[in-house]
Amino acid sequence: MAQSDGEQRSGAPRDLHLTEVSKRFGDFVAVDDLTLTVPEGAFFALLGPSGCGKTTTLRMVAGLEDPTAGTVSIGAEDITGLKPYKRPVNTVFQSYALFPHLTIFENIAFGLRRRGVKDVKRQTDDMLRLVQLEQYGGRKPAQLSGGQQQRVALGRALINEPGVLLLDEPLGALDLKLRRQMQLELKRIQTEIGITFVHVTHDQEEAMTMADTIAVMNSGVIEQMGAPTELYENPRTTFVANFLGQSNLVSTDVVDSSGSTVIVDCHGQKVGVDESRSHTDQGKGWLGIRPEKIFASQRDSEDLEDGNQLTGGVVSDVSFVGVSTQYLVRMPWGQELMVFEQNTGQRQSFKSGDEVDLAWSPQHSFLLDADQDAAAGAVREDVG
Amino acid sequence: MATAVRETAPERSASRPRHRGWWRWFTDNIVLLIGIAVLVYTFVPIGYVIALSFSKPSGRAASAEFETFTWDNWTTVCEPDGLCESLQLSFAVSLVATVVATLLGTLMAFALVRHSFRGRAASNLLIFLPMATPEVVMGSSLLAMFVSLGFNGALGFITIVIAHILFCLSFVVVTVKARLAGMDSRLEQAAMDLYANEWQTFRLVTLPLAMPGIVAGALLAFSLSFDDFIITNFTSGQSQTFPLYVYGSKLKGFPAQLFVIGTLMFVVSLLLVVIVELWRRRRPT
Repeated sequence: MAQSDGEQRSGAPRDLHLTEVSKRFGDFVAVDDLTLTVPEGAFFALLGPSGCGKTTTLRMVAGLEDPTAGTVSIGAEDITGLKPYKRPVNTVFQSYALFPHLTIFENIAFGLRRRGVKDVKRQTDDMLRLVQLEQYGGRKPAQLSGGQQQRVALGRALINEPGVLLLDEPLGALDLKLRRQMQLELKRIQTEIGITFVHVTHDQEEAMTMADTIAVMNSGVIEQMGAPTELYENPRTTFVANFLGQSNLVSTDVVDSSGSTVIVDCHGQKVGVDESRSHTDQGKGWLGIRPEKIFASQRDSEDLEDGNQLTGGVVSDVSFVGVSTQYLVRMPWGQELMVFEQNTGQRQSFKSGDEVDLAWSPQHSFLLDADQDAAAGAVREDVG
Repeated sequence: MATAVRETAPERSASRPRHRGWWRWFTDNIVLLIGIAVLVYTFVPIGYVIALSFSKPSGRAASAEFETFTWDNWTTVCEPDGLCESLQLSFAVSLVATVVATLLGTLMAFALVRHSFRGRAASNLLIFLPMATPEVVMGSSLLAMFVSLGFNGALGFITIVIAHILFCLSFVVVTVKARLAGMDSRLEQAAMDLYANEWQTFRLVTLPLAMPGIVAGALLAFSLSFDDFIITNFTSGQSQTFPLYVYGSKLKGFPAQLFVIGTLMFVVSLLLVVIVELWRRRRPT
């Protein structure tokens, strides 16, 4: 506890390391041989669908769950076997878990009092101010709104200046508008105080908005880890391609992978993919294109962009959503591709039944190993 | 719906005004009337007790009818032979039984809710048995057991207390269990996460949150113990608790002071309920 302040922070970086961590509940493997490092001061998101093991991972860092194998350490200190109250780690729980019988002030002061800190009153007042709840100190949690309770939960954890702050779906119970507001708020606070945040969420937009680094988890393992733009632009697996945003995945055969652009055969039409985004170099592969990267133009018109081209599409569905128009285009091989056109007013709009050709730049697509399920991680409502 | 019907009522009552109006009033208020009748049914005996506590008895014992008003019964509460002694014994028994039963019952409830161990399911079931056993059977078997253990000459305070703890225990366990089962265990995890060790977590979070259940269990135990006649009758030997005293005086005629005691108990419990309710409203949890 005490070591979380002062002396250690000035020394070696207090990165969070998980080394070959596994957690089994009976036969069920919740977390499978997971190794990852969260640098000190990072805003790190663990993103994945429910049941992927992200919350279990978080609970093992907090000490609320013991790993079946592996070690958890902060800086050079191995904290694997330590009780939760001996770890320089604090948690913001999904349901907030505020103490209903204590006032807001006492909720926030709880950690300080346990550690025998001297100026509880001043620090707690400061924290109440930081989370903008000065006038609510005397109230009970039940008298506060969801957003206010969320801020109490945050303040109650932050006041201890933990080496790592764990957030378990902290915004899940809030409505959309408040959630957006709190996302910015959380990001602001994290930037201000520089504490390492590990944020667990199933909301890809939330993860991309806030985190510097995202680890996408699925079935107990990390599928891919990196900056939000990297994960979005260059996913390595179909799961990541579908879970972060939406992707068109088209079955192709690799023709030539010798150059800086890998050439694939897409149902008779040849297109290229940047080598750095090709994750397979022979046989079959899933060609991935984000819907907003594709430009549609009238059949055989002069407007068709250079680069990759797929011809012979027919618009089968049009939905206007304000900022963009979303088309479904049926290709000659029967697959429907999603195409999102920005409503810039510069481009032609189409109606159902129009014949169109599609184009995109080779840097804007990716190629994935064909051994994977093309629908992995997809949100069901977009299929069919 | 109801207002729509009411609006059309004047038209129809114009044709058959008197009968319709009365019947409508009756059907509209039938639930209220039944409610009042049930309340009267419940409170008449209590009212009767309170009234009789102010009645001046014509003979040595109280009569069943209210005669003349007097404060005498209230100033001479302890006058009838053995009345206050029996009250004292009842209080002593109930206090000890409540404290012990609440302590043991709370610990049992924690074990049953929070820990998994071999035989937990069986324990959960067995704890209901004392509640389900007829008191006469329990009382007679306790008496047989005490006698065979050599308590024969020493039946009294100790044996009554042992018997009372026994039957109060299950009620405390059930009440506390209900409270614990509804408690979010993440609150305790949060406390541990915020540097409270096991003991501090229990003292600062678990216990205060379980308290309403524990208090309810204790109150239930006290009133069950204080009130008990059947089991006490078997296990008391020569001692006389308040219920036994009341039963005994049935033969000689009730002293009017009994009604004073009855009224006092009613007032005290009413006050307790009001205080608890006010306290609950002041701090919403």
